[in-house]
Amino acid sequence: MNKSTLFKNALLIDPKNEKEFVGAILIKEGIICEIFSSPDLNYSISNCDIIDCKNNVLSPGLVDMWVFVGEPGYEHIETIEDISNAAKASGITSIACRPDTNPIVDEPELVEYIKRKSIDKSEINIYPIAALTKKHCGETMTEIGSLIEAGAVGFSDVYKFNNNTNVIKNAFTYASNYDALILQHSNSDLDKYGVVNESELSMRLGLPGVPTISEAISLERELMITKYASNRYHSICISTKESYEIIERYKDQLSSVTCGISINNLKLNENDIGTYRTFFKVRPPLRSEADRSFLLENISNDIVDIITSNHDPQGTESKRLPFEEAEYGAVGIETLLSASLSLYHEGHISLPKLIKKLTYNPAKILNLDNIGSLEVGKKADLILFDKDTPWVLDADKLKTKCKNTTFENQKMQGKVLLTMVGGNIIYSTIN
Amino acid sequence: MNITKFDSSYTPQLKHLLGIDKTSQLDLEFIISKSLEWFDKNKNIPKKFDVLRGKTQINLFFEPSTRTQSSFELAGKRLGADVINMSLKQSSVTKGETLIDTAVTLNAMKPDLLIVRHHSAGAAELLSQKVDCSVINAGDGSHEHPTQAILDTLTILHHKKRIEGLKIAICGDILHSRVARSNLLMLSMLGANINLVAPTTLLPMNIDKFKVNIYNDMREGIKNVDVIMMLRLQNERMLSSYIPSAREYFRYYGLDEEKLSIAKSDAIVMHPGPMNRGVEIDTSVADNVQSVIKDQVEMGVAARMAILEILSMR
Repeated sequence: MNKSTLFKNALLIDPKNEKEFVGAILIKEGIICEIFSSPDLNYSISNCDIIDCKNNVLSPGLVDMWVFVGEPGYEHIETIEDISNAAKASGITSIACRPDTNPIVDEPELVEYIKRKSIDKSEINIYPIAALTKKHCGETMTEIGSLIEAGAVGFSDVYKFNNNTNVIKNAFTYASNYDALILQHSNSDLDKYGVVNESELSMRLGLPGVPTISEAISLERELMITKYASNRYHSICISTKESYEIIERYKDQLSSVTCGISINNLKLNENDIGTYRTFFKVRPPLRSEADRSFLLENISNDIVDIITSNHDPQGTESKRLPFEEAEYGAVGIETLLSASLSLYHEGHISLPKLIKKLTYNPAKILNLDNIGSLEVGKKADLILFDKDTPWVLDADKLKTKCKNTTFENQKMQGKVLLTMVGGNIIYSTIN
Repeated sequence: MNITKFDSSYTPQLKHLLGIDKTSQLDLEFIISKSLEWFDKNKNIPKKFDVLRGKTQINLFFEPSTRTQSSFELAGKRLGADVINMSLKQSSVTKGETLIDTAVTLNAMKPDLLIVRHHSAGAAELLSQKVDCSVINAGDGSHEHPTQAILDTLTILHHKKRIEGLKIAICGDILHSRVARSNLLMLSMLGANINLVAPTTLLPMNIDKFKVNIYNDMREGIKNVDVIMMLRLQNERMLSSYIPSAREYFRYYGLDEEKLSIAKSDAIVMHPGPMNRGVEIDTSVADNVQSVIKDQVEMGVAARMAILEILSMR
C-alpha cells in the first residue's frame, strides 16, 4: 500500500473556502488524512516521507474540463499517454476529454474504452465526455443513462450547431432525468464561414468574421431551453461581454447554469493574429480588446466558474495553410497553470480564487466529489508549485506532440515542482 | 494628385507587392509614374524590351483568371522575361499538396518573380514568407488585388488628369470584393472622396472605419460623381441570400442610362471585368462613350510592366 507522505512548510490553498495559509498536510493511503495549520511540526510517523515545501504553493491538482485527446482515431496527434505525460508535468491531475474523436464517443462501449485505456496508459484521471446526439448528427439523442453508468461525466455536441430546437429540447429534458451535465460550445450557423472575430481587423484582412451575436444567440436559446427543461448546463467557453451578461442574467434565476472561459480569451485578443498567424485561429475566436479586458476585469466574480486550457492540438500540416483553410485550435495543457497565474500576478484575482476556478469548481460541476478540494478524506491529487519562477516558452520544448501554442516566446511565471495523484508522486523535480 | 517627379536615384522600398495597405504612398506613386512611361512605350512597335531578360516569372493561379493572368503574362513577355503559367485551380489541393509545398517546390526552381492568385485571404503574404523571390499578389480571397487598384488609378488619371478631390463611387458587392478594398485604400490615400454604394448585405461590417461615405441608395451615391466603378456580382451570392434576385438587384443597383445621367455628364464608367451584363451593368452603358473598361485592360499591361520592372530592380 501507499506510504504516508507529509508535506510541511507549504502555502496551502483551500479552494473551496478560498483560503490560503501556511501549514502542513499528511497523506495516508492515497487520501488527505490530516491538515495542520502550523508549518513545521515534529510529527513522527513510521514509514513516512517528509517533503519540505519551502513555502511553495500546495494545492489540489488542476482539473481541466475541456481537452481534446486524440483517442480514439487521432493517435497521430495525441494519445492518452502523451496527454498524461504533458499534464502531470504541468500540474493537471484530471481532465475531461471531448467526444468529437473518430469514432465519436456516442456509445457506452467507447466510454469504457477510454476509461480502460486511461487506467493502462495514464497516470492522471481522464473523464470522458460523451456526445449529446448520435454521431453528432443532431437528430437522435445518445443513451444518456447508460453512458453515465459507463462513466461519462457530461454530454456535448462540441462545435456542431443544431438547427433542430426540438431535438435540443428533448435531449435537455431527457438529460435532466439523470441530472446529466450538458456542456455546450456556443456557436450558431452565423459563424459557418467565419474564421476570426468580426471586426475592423477582419474587414481589413478580408477574412470572414464570426459576429459576437452568433455566440449570444446560441447561448440564449440553450439557456431558455435549460430553464424550461431544468437540466444542468455548462457553457464551455464564453468569449464576449454579451455572453457574460447573458450568463449573469440566467445565474440569477437558475443554480444549474455554469460557464467557463478559455485562457486564450483572457490573455490574447484578435490583434495577436497579426498577418494571418494560423496558430491564433481558435474557437471561440480571439475577440476584441474591449471584450478581453471586460472578461479579465470580471474574472474574480463568480459568473465565470472555471478556466480551461481549451487544449486542441493540431499537426503542423493543418496549420501551415492559408488562414481560412487552416484548422482551429491551440495546445494549452502545458501553459494553463502559468498563463492563469499571470492573472494573479497582475492583480486580477486572488490566488485561492484562481485555484478554485481551476480545481474545486470544475470538479464540482463534473460531480467529481473526491477531487478538486483540500479537505480531509478527499483523494490526494495534489500539486506543489513555485508560483514565481520566470521562464520563456519554447515551443520545441513542449512535451505534447503538436506545438501549436499561442504562447510561443512569451514570458511565463510559475513552475510545477511535484505532482501527486492518489497519494503517488507521478512527477517531481525536487530531491 | 500631382504626379511626383522621381529622379533616377529613387530606390523603392518594396520587396513584394502584397497589398495597397502594406505599400508606402511614395512607392505607389513611383509605380504610377513608371506605369505611365510604359503606357507610352507600349504605343511603339516593336513592343519588346530586355528589362527582364534572363529573369523567370511564374504565374501561379489557384483561381481561374483570364484577364489578370494574360495581362501579367504579356507584361512579363514584353519585358523579356521567361514566363511560366501554372493554373492549379483546386487540383493541387485535391492531390494533397499544400500552398506551402507548392511554394517550396517553385522556390527551388529559383524564379525571380512569383505572381499568385489564391482563393484565401493572406495566401500571398504566406507565400512571401516562404520564398526568396518577389511575390506579387494577383488577388487573395476577399482581401486585396493591388495591381487592379493601380491600373484603375492610372485609368482615372488618364481621363481626369488628377485623383485628389475627385468624387468616386464604388458600387456593388463590396463585401466580397478585393478590388473594392484595394481601390478604396489606394484612391483615398491619393485624396479622392469615396462613395460606397451597395445594399447593406453586401457591405462588410465596420466598413465605416474607412474614410468613406456609404449609400444604400444608388441614385444618392452616384450624384455628381466623376467616376463610377462597378463591381462584378458573383452568381453564388444570390444563392446565399445576400440579395433576392438578379432582377431586383439590377433595378436598384444596376447601372443603366437613367442612373448614369445623375452622375456628372463627363463621368467615366469602370468595371474590373468580367461583366454580368444586365445584372450590374446595362449593355448600353458598358459600351457607350463614357465607358473606359477597355482602357482599364490596356492600363493593366502597363501597370504590371512597371511593377515587374520595379520588383526586379532590387
